[in-house]
Amino acid sequence: MGEFNSTYLTTSPEPQRDDPPIIEAKNLTKVYKMGETEVHALRGVSLRVWKGEMVSVIGQSGSGKSTLLAILGALDVPTSGSYRLDGREVASLNDDQLAEIRNQRIGFVFQKFNLLPRNTALANVALPLAYAGLSNREANRRAAEVLRLVGLGDRLDHRPNQLSGGQQQRVAIARALVNQPSIILADEPTGNLDSATGKEIMELFRTLHRERGITLIIVTHDPNIAAQSERIIRLKDGLIEYAEEVQTA
Amino acid sequence: MNFLRNFGIAIDALLANKLRSGLTMLGIVIGVASVVALLSIGNGVQQSINSQITSIGTNLVTVVPGQVRIAAGPPTNQGIRAPTQTRPLTDADANAIRERVPNLLGVAPELTSNNVTVAFQREKILITARGVTVDYNRVRNLEIAQGRWFDAAEDERASRVAILGSDAADALFGGLNPIGQTIRISNAPFTVIGVTVPVGAGFAGNPDTSVFVPLQTAYRTISNARTATGARRVSVIYISALSSDDIPRVEREVTQVMRQQHAIREGEEDDFTVLTQQQFLSLAGSITGILTLFLGSIAGISLLVGGIGIMNIMLVSVTERTMEIGLRKAVGAKKRTILMQFLVETVTLSLIGGTFGILLGVGAALLVGATGIIATTITLESIVLAVSFSLAVGLFFGIYPANRAANLQPIEAVRYE
Repeated sequence: MGEFNSTYLTTSPEPQRDDPPIIEAKNLTKVYKMGETEVHALRGVSLRVWKGEMVSVIGQSGSGKSTLLAILGALDVPTSGSYRLDGREVASLNDDQLAEIRNQRIGFVFQKFNLLPRNTALANVALPLAYAGLSNREANRRAAEVLRLVGLGDRLDHRPNQLSGGQQQRVAIARALVNQPSIILADEPTGNLDSATGKEIMELFRTLHRERGITLIIVTHDPNIAAQSERIIRLKDGLIEYAEEVQTA
Repeated sequence: MNFLRNFGIAIDALLANKLRSGLTMLGIVIGVASVVALLSIGNGVQQSINSQITSIGTNLVTVVPGQVRIAAGPPTNQGIRAPTQTRPLTDADANAIRERVPNLLGVAPELTSNNVTVAFQREKILITARGVTVDYNRVRNLEIAQGRWFDAAEDERASRVAILGSDAADALFGGLNPIGQTIRISNAPFTVIGVTVPVGAGFAGNPDTSVFVPLQTAYRTISNARTATGARRVSVIYISALSSDDIPRVEREVTQVMRQQHAIREGEEDDFTVLTQQQFLSLAGSITGILTLFLGSIAGISLLVGGIGIMNIMLVSVTERTMEIGLRKAVGAKKRTILMQFLVETVTLSLIGGTFGILLGVGAALLVGATGIIATTITLESIVLAVSFSLAVGLFFGIYPANRAANLQPIEAVRYE
């Protein structure tokens, strides 16, 4: 990995903004128990993300970047530390409120797409709308609209196994977009795609960011992907690795 | 997420694994089928016993000597207790009832002699001879298949005429026409004047294997049967009330007359017993009720086993679908939504199984009934019971796996490989 441009390896500075950050994490730690041993996935991560930012989280596998993203997406809870989303402490929310946040505020895109294999593209995208309580008809109408937006208007009735990897990831992005969340979190969204398709997906993310002002946090180990974002946060061994430390190391 | 949508998801999930769903359902199918079939057998037995009890005569009140208790109660009191104190009934008792209890269909005393030799030519059988009065066939619902019943004059004259039960006639005469033939009862010659329609064994002896003769004739030829005071003894007195509503009155008045007849003082216990069909029915009901409960419990156990099968498969299914459940939660499914999804799935499974089970059970019950060995009666209650039981099994055994699914963390969607 010696060919990396060192500019992108450092952690970029936070923007200077007066409005409160929509994501504010302080001293997040996460400890997993794996049998007898404890795995410290996060050892005290603090970060802030403002509305409309496009941020990359990079780091080698095992650095804790996926764990961090899961906590930011309210899919997992930190062992300690504070996480405020829109100023609300997430740890204080009950199950139903968390479900609502996952449904309305955050769209999550997974590395392996995580589509329901027996459902059509349309049904997969309509799923969050169903959980939001929309009628079948309205959910399908809006799902079709979003699928057209990601360029799959002619694939509504295809099942995941009838779609290419890139198309499947577009379905997954449509699913993340369908409830019009203000934040999209993507965990290695190009990790299972070839580089050409990966570029297309990144192009789609950038368009969504640019045209809709969506806040994007992308976890990747690929510096070329990270280079397309406005800010990079580099994790190492469960901690944010600062520029100074990189240079002294 | 409404029920219909969950139902759609459930059907889809069940179709995804047809063989497994089918085998899981089979447990419920067999359980429900055996509940329906065994309960119909229990009910059928109950009904055929009840119809036998009512066949001994409609609105029948029976007086027997001594204290007899028929009761459905704790085991020690159950059943027919042997007479404690025997003072025989007499034909004078029967006449007193006939004269002093108004509005009766008939009073029919019977002198029963067991193991009487009845012979026709070289054919000999041992059967029960019943010395009876003219009213007897009406009171006991006996119908004449061939020939006729005797008349009052024949009873007064002590004529040697006999009416054979159907089985007795068959045994003595085979295919021959018995009417007009001479048989020997306890070596005395009798002319056969009638044969009764078969009715089957009931609670008061089997008329089919009996020979009926006029009471006065019986006193002369079969059993002299006098009491210590010289009165003519009878074994039992059958009384037929005009309607079932009238039975309590008849029972009360007969008891009164009998106490006077037997000179029983106030405060002393009866030395006879007045029995009604209701008592027989409730005794039989308690016995067959236990039988039905027993059969039902056996079937219930198989339904329980079927339910455990459902739980087992649903637990496997929850594990297999960790990614799906995690994903559903990651896109905003609430705990209770997932809970409902899996509950609807198990309930659907058990209800479809229950439906097939009812069809199979009804089929089995009809098949058993068609063999003629055991009567079966399919009741709505047994079907409702089976359906609600399978629904309960689905809910009960579905709760645990569904709860497990509902409590999965959405992170499992990412982590689970």
